[in-house]
Amino acid sequence: MYAPDFAYYRADSVAEIGRLLRKHPGAKLLAGGHSLIPLLKLRLAAPPALIDIGRIGELKGISVADGRLRIGALTTHAQIAASSEVAAHAPALAAAAGVIGDPAVRNRGTIGGNVAHADPASDLPTVLLALGASFAVATDDGERAIPAGGFFQDMMTTALGEHDIVTAVDVPTAPEGQGQAYEKFSHPASRYAVIGAAAAVGLTGGKVGRVVVTLGGLVPAAIRAGSVEQALSGQAPSADAIADAAAAVSNDLGPDLIGDIYASAEYRRAMAPVCVKRALTAALKRASSVAEAPAARSPWWKPSWL
Amino acid sequence: MTVPVSITVNGQRYDREVEPRLLLVHFLREVIGSTGTKVGCDTSQCGACTVLLDGISLKSCTALAVQADGAEVTTIEGLAAGEALHPLQDAFWEKHGLQCGFCTPGMIMASHELLRVTPDPSDAQIRHGLEGNLCRCTGYQNIVRAVRQAAGTTAGQR
Repeated sequence: MYAPDFAYYRADSVAEIGRLLRKHPGAKLLAGGHSLIPLLKLRLAAPPALIDIGRIGELKGISVADGRLRIGALTTHAQIAASSEVAAHAPALAAAAGVIGDPAVRNRGTIGGNVAHADPASDLPTVLLALGASFAVATDDGERAIPAGGFFQDMMTTALGEHDIVTAVDVPTAPEGQGQAYEKFSHPASRYAVIGAAAAVGLTGGKVGRVVVTLGGLVPAAIRAGSVEQALSGQAPSADAIADAAAAVSNDLGPDLIGDIYASAEYRRAMAPVCVKRALTAALKRASSVAEAPAARSPWWKPSWL
Repeated sequence: MTVPVSITVNGQRYDREVEPRLLLVHFLREVIGSTGTKVGCDTSQCGACTVLLDGISLKSCTALAVQADGAEVTTIEGLAAGEALHPLQDAFWEKHGLQCGFCTPGMIMASHELLRVTPDPSDAQIRHGLEGNLCRCTGYQNIVRAVRQAAGTTAGQR
C-alpha cells in the first residue's frame, strides 16, 4: 500500500517542531510512525506534510526525580518495558509497554506518539490514566501540563491543540504498599487490546484503601471504573468482594461500546468484569506481598517523600 | 518532492533520491533490488518484512525510507558470511523450520532480535519473541526448535 504524497521536513529540536508546525498548517508529527504510517497507507489520513521528530535527543530517555518518573516522548515501548526504573516505580506501565504489539513494533513505537494518537485499542492510555500520569506539552506560548484524566477525550481525540507537542509523560512513583497490574485481552493477530484493565490498589489495615481501576479497548477513550472503585473501597480483599466489585463495571461502560468482526460489543461487555477481576486480583496480591514483607525491599525502594 | 537519502544495506552504501512516502521495504526491494525481504500483510502484523535497523528489528513495511537515512540496514541477505550460513540459517535448515519459505527471512531476522535481547531463551520466550511473525505452514514447532538450536551460539551478535 502506498501513502498519499506528502512533503517531508525533519526537526532537530522542539523549538524547530513548533516553527515547522506554524509554517505548514495541517502537518503531522512523525515519531516512530507505528500509528501514523498505517493511517497514511490506509489513506485514512492525508496530511500535506510530515515533520520527522524521531531524531531529537532531548525527547528521549527516562529519569526519576521529585516523586515522579519522567519519560521522554520519543522513548520506545521496548525501552519502557526494559527499564528498571519503570519496573520499580510504575510496574503496571512496564507491564503494559511489554505487551504492546510485538518486539519489532515495540522497538519503534513511542510513548508520546501513542498518547497523541489516542487509539481506543491502545494499552498506554488505560494504564497512564490509572497511574495519574500527566503530559508535558510544548505550546505556542510555552509549556503546560495536561493530566491524563482530561487528555483522552474521545476516539483518537485528545486535548492537544493544533501546534501542541507532547514532550514527556510524567508518572507519579508508586506509593509504598501500592499494588499495580495491567490485564490485557489481546486481539490474536494485531495484538491490540480488545479489552485492557488497569488497577492500582493500596491496603490499609487489611482493607482496601485507595483504589483506581481503568478500562480501555472497548470504549472510545480510556475511562475510570468509578463503580468498581466505590464497591471495593474499604472492603476486605476477598475473592468474593473482588468479583462483586468487578461486576459493577457494567455501570461504568456507557452506551458507546466498541465491537468488531472479532469481538462484538456484547461480548466485550460480558468480558469486561473478567478482565477487571484479574487486574484487581493481581494488583491486590502485589499490594499484600509488599505489606507483608517490607524487609525484602531493596534500599532504592524508598518513597520520594522520605 | 524527493529527498536525498544515504542508507547502508548489508555493508554497502546507497545514495538515492526518494519520495518521502516510499516505504523502507520498497526501497530495499524496488530501489536497490534486494528482494530477500518480503511484503506479506503490509499492515505490521505478519513480520515477513522484518529487517534490522542499526542492529534492532523493525517491520520495514511500517517505516519510511527517509527514517532510515544515515542508518545501517541488515536484511536476510546480509547474514551469511560468504558461503558460510549464519547459525540461524543453519538451524532453520537443520530443523526444517520452513516449508514454503515466504515468512522465513522475517522469521530469521525476528529470531536474531530475540537472541540479541535474550541469548538463551526458554521455549515460552521464543514463542513470545516471535509473536509478531506469522507462519502458515509449519505450525511453528520446528521454528521454535531451530531457534533453540541457534541459541547458545553467537547468533544474536553476528
